[in-house]
Amino acid sequence: MRVNITVNGRPYEADDVWEGESLLYVLRERMGLPGSKNACEQGECGSCTVRLDGVPVCACLVAAGQAEGREVVTVEGLADHARQRSAKPAGAVCPGEPEAGHPGKPEVGGLVEPETGRPGEPDTARRAEPGTGRPVGPDVARPVEPGLGHPGEPETARPRRPGSSRPGQVVAPLAPVQQAFIDAGAVQCGFCTPGLLVAADELLERTPDPSDADIREALSGNLCRCTGYEKILDAVRLAAARTGKAV
Amino acid sequence: MDFLRPAGWEEALAAKAEHPTAVPIAGGTDVMVEINFDHRRPEYLLDLTRVAELAEWEATDRTVRLGAGVPYTRIIEELRAELPGLALAAHTVGSPQIRNRGTVGGNLGAASPAGDAHPALLAAGAEVEAASMRGTRRIPVEEFFTGVKRHALEPDELIRAVHIQKADGPQQFSKVGTRNAMVIAVCAFAVALHPRTRTVRTGIGSAAPTPVRAHEAEEFLGAALEEGGFWDSGAPLDPSTARRFAELCAGACRPIDDVRGSAAYRRHAVGVMARRTLGWTWEAYREGDGRTAQCA
Repeated sequence: MRVNITVNGRPYEADDVWEGESLLYVLRERMGLPGSKNACEQGECGSCTVRLDGVPVCACLVAAGQAEGREVVTVEGLADHARQRSAKPAGAVCPGEPEAGHPGKPEVGGLVEPETGRPGEPDTARRAEPGTGRPVGPDVARPVEPGLGHPGEPETARPRRPGSSRPGQVVAPLAPVQQAFIDAGAVQCGFCTPGLLVAADELLERTPDPSDADIREALSGNLCRCTGYEKILDAVRLAAARTGKAV
Repeated sequence: MDFLRPAGWEEALAAKAEHPTAVPIAGGTDVMVEINFDHRRPEYLLDLTRVAELAEWEATDRTVRLGAGVPYTRIIEELRAELPGLALAAHTVGSPQIRNRGTVGGNLGAASPAGDAHPALLAAGAEVEAASMRGTRRIPVEEFFTGVKRHALEPDELIRAVHIQKADGPQQFSKVGTRNAMVIAVCAFAVALHPRTRTVRTGIGSAAPTPVRAHEAEEFLGAALEEGGFWDSGAPLDPSTARRFAELCAGACRPIDDVRGSAAYRRHAVGVMARRTLGWTWEAYREGDGRTAQCA
């Protein structure tokens, strides 16, 4: 069957999708977006966490056909998503809005504006994390040129390395939560990182100043076998503190 | 495999009538696991997420009609006052990602003895609204579970909603597992005090082929509370009463040994949970929660 999904603000169409296929498989194998990781395939590990109409879900447990016509944000689109959110006028994001992002309420929970900040547009906001003096951190995968990113084109998912000087290359800035993971040393093998980033970013969208209990609960569906979680918790606190300061 | 995507309820019923083997899928948190692991290759998947009415709930005087597709997250956030036991149980389901997708309709459809919603539904008192092209019927939740992962639905029927009695007293839910998230219950227990009818109801999960009520324990405690004038006096419960209640709850179990725990452990743990949750609910009743605040 054919499935149409808006992923990271950009419409995708996938053909010959098997009816029992998961959204995760479609993202990774058909759309060239391998940021969402495939591990347990039973919703235990959270490494495939994406936003579906704004709601964090395990992409391995969403049937591809259920995502038809829906909006998906993956780790590849997290930086854009965070930038659009911070670009909104104060109050527009409604972080405390309890209804935000629930299934059945896509108009509230979407928070995605496909018309702005599309992947593929020249990036005007090169990352410059104040205070760190660092150049661009390891980037997440994202299509950078219009025309790339067709289903099945692996180029779309090629990570852009910091410091490389390919002409015309534009490097995406990181979302605050991504930068915080790097700065706090919350990434070891990195396999769980994409899922944790999506879950943590959604927490901070909902609860900009989370308690430790909030953080633990929000990340309770994401397994990490390297870090022991402490540095991940540090990273979320750091992202919250930085975001709070910026506002 | 075919993927059926009805846009409305009538269309969903027609699809199920035409393809009785179709497997309904809502949050996918059970069905997709079976497909991912090749444990199941249904001929048809019947996606119910486009049927908007299934994701709605409405409260009437005495009951909440909970659409089969309302995810656990919304039960926790929106129905804590009306359905405190179910909201507690919902909070122990999987993880935020799972609770954002999983539904009580799906829990019932899977009919696992370990389903977290089931003990809470049994304790609160609930009826499953089952519908087909032939009509609609209500199945008391006690009669819904017919065996391990088996239920009373006919092949052409779909679960449309669950009618759950609003709490008229304190309710509790307790679950044993190896950690606090992502846990299939080793065993679970729910209790609801019903001061309006002066009854107590229970639900036991994962300790019998189906979720069950501990009828004998309910009758014993109901009689003890009535005869001792406890509903009116709000006096502390006699420890021997709580102990006997716990024994009867443990006695209502018909558990098995499996990878999650032994039968003996499950029986013991259900007794412990019964005694504790009774203590918590009775304290709440004595403090007035049961007589005022929770009658919302």
